[in-house]
Amino acid sequence: MRPRGEGIVRPRTAASALLRLVLFAVLGLFVLYYLLPLLVMVATSLKPLQEILTGSLISLPHQVTFDAWGKAWNTACVGVRCDGLAPYILNSALMAVPAVFFSTMIGAINGYALTKWRFPGADTIFALLLFGCFIPFQVILLPMARSLGLLGLAGTLSGLALVHVIYGIPFTTLFFRNFFITVPKAIVDAAKIDGAGFFRIFFRVLLPLAPSAFVVTVIWQFTQIWNDYLFGVSFTAGDSNPVTVALNNLVATSTGVTEYNVDMAAAIIAALPTLFVYAVAGNYFLRGLSAGAVKG
Amino acid sequence: MAKLRLDNVHKRFGPASVLEGISLEAADGEFLVLVGPSGCGKSTLLNLIGGLETISDGQIFIGERLVNEVAPKDRNIAMVFQSYSLYPTKTARQNITFGMESRHVPKTEQNQALARVSELLHIEPLLDRKPGQLSGGQRQRVAMGRALVRNPDLFLFDEPLSNLDAKLRVEMRTEIKKLHARLGQTMVYVTHDQVEAMTLASRIAVMDNGHVRQFAAPETVYEEPADVFVASFMGSPPMNILPGRLIRDSGRDGALCLEVEDRQGTARFFLPSRMTQALDKHVGRKLWLGLRPEIITKAGSQKPGPELSAFERRVDVVEPTGPDTMIVFELGGIEAIARVAPGDHDPVGSVFRFEANMDKAKLFDPETGKRL
Repeated sequence: MRPRGEGIVRPRTAASALLRLVLFAVLGLFVLYYLLPLLVMVATSLKPLQEILTGSLISLPHQVTFDAWGKAWNTACVGVRCDGLAPYILNSALMAVPAVFFSTMIGAINGYALTKWRFPGADTIFALLLFGCFIPFQVILLPMARSLGLLGLAGTLSGLALVHVIYGIPFTTLFFRNFFITVPKAIVDAAKIDGAGFFRIFFRVLLPLAPSAFVVTVIWQFTQIWNDYLFGVSFTAGDSNPVTVALNNLVATSTGVTEYNVDMAAAIIAALPTLFVYAVAGNYFLRGLSAGAVKG
Repeated sequence: MAKLRLDNVHKRFGPASVLEGISLEAADGEFLVLVGPSGCGKSTLLNLIGGLETISDGQIFIGERLVNEVAPKDRNIAMVFQSYSLYPTKTARQNITFGMESRHVPKTEQNQALARVSELLHIEPLLDRKPGQLSGGQRQRVAMGRALVRNPDLFLFDEPLSNLDAKLRVEMRTEIKKLHARLGQTMVYVTHDQVEAMTLASRIAVMDNGHVRQFAAPETVYEEPADVFVASFMGSPPMNILPGRLIRDSGRDGALCLEVEDRQGTARFFLPSRMTQALDKHVGRKLWLGLRPEIITKAGSQKPGPELSAFERRVDVVEPTGPDTMIVFELGGIEAIARVAPGDHDPVGSVFRFEANMDKAKLFDPETGKRL
């Protein structure tokens, strides 16, 4: 496949070269500006505490050490428990993976039903679901806490996962509805004539068409759910906290000197899974997508 | 194989009525073509037969079974869609076998059926490609294969050739006709192309505005159109419909003739004597005269006889098509077309002498549109 833009004729003059130089200089400046906080975080996490307290914030570490990373991972104290972030990362994973999976699948089925099996009131239902996208987190805290209490899920990871699934459905439905509406109705008609039912058409005909919608939805949902703090702090307690809440507690735990290197390492560890989903999963999915790409 | 019967079928979308009482019947093994202009309801009717739309009123029988409430997957039909509607992520092979898989046909049987249709349609080398890697004609064949691989009661075709280029369309048309002759299965075919309708059908239903205007064999539809709509829809170029007045000509022992007037003078078309009696009561009325382009030729090119009526008009446009040449001229205030032999024309602007074979002329009542 030819890269886009190749073959477009551009004037090659001194002025245009200069303009490009200016353009890249400006872009480079923005890149630097954007990456500086990350640079500070990484550099700080690799310094011994002594060097942080005496040196400057943006200087590179003289003596690289991974002690802070190790400590953040499994010995730092979160509240009274001193096992580092590891158990909480596990909590977040146990909560986020099923929550992403179920909210995405439910959204996909919703989007499919709303576009390909039209029923009276489908548009109204979709409008109401869309309304769900605009409800702020804070509004549902109390009713949700009450509901979880009644369900016996208060303070558990399952309860938190359930909240994320429910809160995610409007978004995932929106993504999939907007994707499936571009799939011609005739393909579904053909499958109906071929003897396939509701779920067979969904799993065998439409899902294979939708990897791009899955990429978008999974990235969105994973980022939202993994990074969420408010639901995590509201609906879990102590040992069932997700990593975002644990990170806050780790940083806030004051026993003598503030260990900036451990805080920074912990923050990076907490953010790594989302980076992983963006970089690896996104790439992987997109490659799979273009490998099976078909023109209409 | 089965026959198909539609009984007073209605379809409404909200307040809009799309089909208003369609009754048709196709015998076992018949090739029924639904033809009509865009928006006449022909595709909706096909979707009703396929179960892809719900029926508002009336009854549909496939074989002896009432299928009004039967889901498409249980109707035992196969369908070829206008845009092919192949599953983009499946190979041609998987596209063809998907229906059998859904119906849990044993694997060996699937393979036999696949081998049979791929040989029939010459698509063996394409089976492992995905639709995106196939040309339009190849996709068309795979779509046909998907329909033919099963042994359904009824085949439905929804304008299957309209996305192909002209040459391929003619080839596939012939191929579909051969397939029908070979399989002998009941087929319902929707098209807006009247040539396709004429060439394929054992019977044609000409539709307009939610009604069937005429339901008959192709020759009948062409030669004995029920009304002015059918007459002008079937045939290419279309029939010339000329407004005129029916008079009794004193000169020719009281023969009836239709007088067509315009700026270039009056042309008289003498009607054959066999029509005289039936038309007697219309003398003096305004009627429409229908002349197909092929019955208007250069004067003197047909065997002389009493059925020929000659007239002169100025040539406006000359369109050579190869086997024939179309001459466009003005007659009775409309643009009329004559189909003459390739050499038989004069330059644009000159006055040309035509003759029309009135044995094949049709007359229509302007009030009802019906043929007289």
